[in-house]
Amino acid sequence: MGVDLDRLSFSIDGTHILQNVSASLPTGTVTGLLGPNGAGKSTLLRLVAGIDTADAGTAALDGTTIGALPRREAARRIALLEQNASPSVDLTVLEVVLLGRIPHRTSLMGSFSGDHDRVIALDALAMVGASALADRSWHTLSGGQQQRVQIARAMAQQPSLLLLDEPTNHLDVSAQLSLLGQVRELGVTAIMALHDLNLAAAYCDHILLLDAGRLVASGTPAEVLTPELIGAVYGVECFILDHPRGGHPVIAYAAAAAEGRP
Amino acid sequence: MAVTIGPAAVSLAQVAGSIAGHLGIPAEPVPILVDSIVWQLRLPRVLTAALVGAGLALSGAVMQSVTRNPLADPYLLGLSGGASVGAVSVVILGIGFALPAAAFLGALLALIATLSIARVGGTITPVRAVLAGLAIAQLAGAATSFIIFWAAKGDSYREILNWLLGSVAGATWNSVAIAGVAVVVVGTGILLSATRLDAFAFGDTSAASLGINVNRTRWLLLGSVALLTGAMVAVSGAIGFVGLILPHLVRGISGPGHRRLLPLVSVCGALFLVIADTLARTVFDPRELPVGIITAFIGVPVFILLIKRKKSHLWA
Repeated sequence: MGVDLDRLSFSIDGTHILQNVSASLPTGTVTGLLGPNGAGKSTLLRLVAGIDTADAGTAALDGTTIGALPRREAARRIALLEQNASPSVDLTVLEVVLLGRIPHRTSLMGSFSGDHDRVIALDALAMVGASALADRSWHTLSGGQQQRVQIARAMAQQPSLLLLDEPTNHLDVSAQLSLLGQVRELGVTAIMALHDLNLAAAYCDHILLLDAGRLVASGTPAEVLTPELIGAVYGVECFILDHPRGGHPVIAYAAAAAEGRP
Repeated sequence: MAVTIGPAAVSLAQVAGSIAGHLGIPAEPVPILVDSIVWQLRLPRVLTAALVGAGLALSGAVMQSVTRNPLADPYLLGLSGGASVGAVSVVILGIGFALPAAAFLGALLALIATLSIARVGGTITPVRAVLAGLAIAQLAGAATSFIIFWAAKGDSYREILNWLLGSVAGATWNSVAIAGVAVVVVGTGILLSATRLDAFAFGDTSAASLGINVNRTRWLLLGSVALLTGAMVAVSGAIGFVGLILPHLVRGISGPGHRRLLPLVSVCGALFLVIADTLARTVFDPRELPVGIITAFIGVPVFILLIKRKKSHLWA
């Protein structure tokens, strides 16, 4: 059980964005999706979310093919946080979190169990330690607070799979660490696209390394984050150290990028 | 109450009496002249103004949400202009086509034209949409005027003014029926989509991840707006600014949630246009202004305030 990707391929106008990506991610694990810009990370997340349809191959969640689910059914099981999303109208934090209840509304006008949705939304805010923000206007929040609220919105969807596209973008170090710590504490199966290899090493159980639409490596951080693979994919020289508190690798980059990267 | 205001003095009791009489409810008989002023002239006009106001405000609210464009409005994006071309083709040229259907087709074509001009690299920014809408609206305005001049019957200038600026002066019970059916039928469909409109707050990807079939929903809703706008323009010409400013004003009261916003914006749009039309026919009594002049005089300052006050990121 968990997420099974079986030879997923996707192309736009004949350009291959993803080719034959297969992986198996157990329930409850946090997976880091790594790779240079344009490697296909966001596309893979959109395919797994069921928003885009793969040209070939399938993605399955707990044995159910995601592409075969009606959109609303998929949204009850999978939540996606996109990069840098911002609403077009002034919304309060609670209103943003309540959006996560939309896939669960039953009647056409939305269910009349408004109080029930409210309880779930407030719980979700509490989960990410943002209860105090409930009545604030979204636009007055800091980047870290906005991401936290977005995670609460996703959790209000009560998903069994959480997808995050570069959730630490534009956040300061302390906000990055607390956000990823939060994702781990949720205990939900998560896949997140990340740029920072050290954050991936510290917070992920499993790493998928993509390059130009192909899956180059899959395994634990220690297995995937090697000087050879990092050099081949990112074209940078690095050393792998042991974290002083043990447990996960630390990547120390050589001062300048290796020359001759395509 | 707006029915009582006008060149001839009519009391509220007489209005009630006239309405009751026509509905077959026993009441104090009303003088025939007063009765025909109320029943034939003023009542259809006030009802048409209310329905058109509701329809335009609702259209604006839906367009702003579905395109995530705070400047979206059937008038600014050229739909009203397109609908006018369709409507005058039927009214003036006598093309054998149902009036509301022709206006709907005009609105739909204008909408498609505006959005395809504004789309560059798969995205539409609010500013590009408004510029494209401006071009389409100008073209449609020219086409409307040309058709009226070409046909050259009656008072062309007045006719052109009424279509381009909008007026409910000629409203009949037929107008009430067209606008009423459109507002009730299309409006109900839109109200039932309130939750889906909420889901668009963070954009298409977010709406899709909340379980919305984005493309189908967007085109259904925009098609509904074209239908609604077509019907409104068919009875009143192109009245501006109602669809643009009312959603912004009402959001301040109702909040951004569409389940409260949509009904409230309809009611406020109706009140707004009834008041504007009452001003239009009384300010220069006995001469009448096209009501679009009033809505522009009220709407533009409010619009400027909105531009100045809104945080810039909402317009990017």
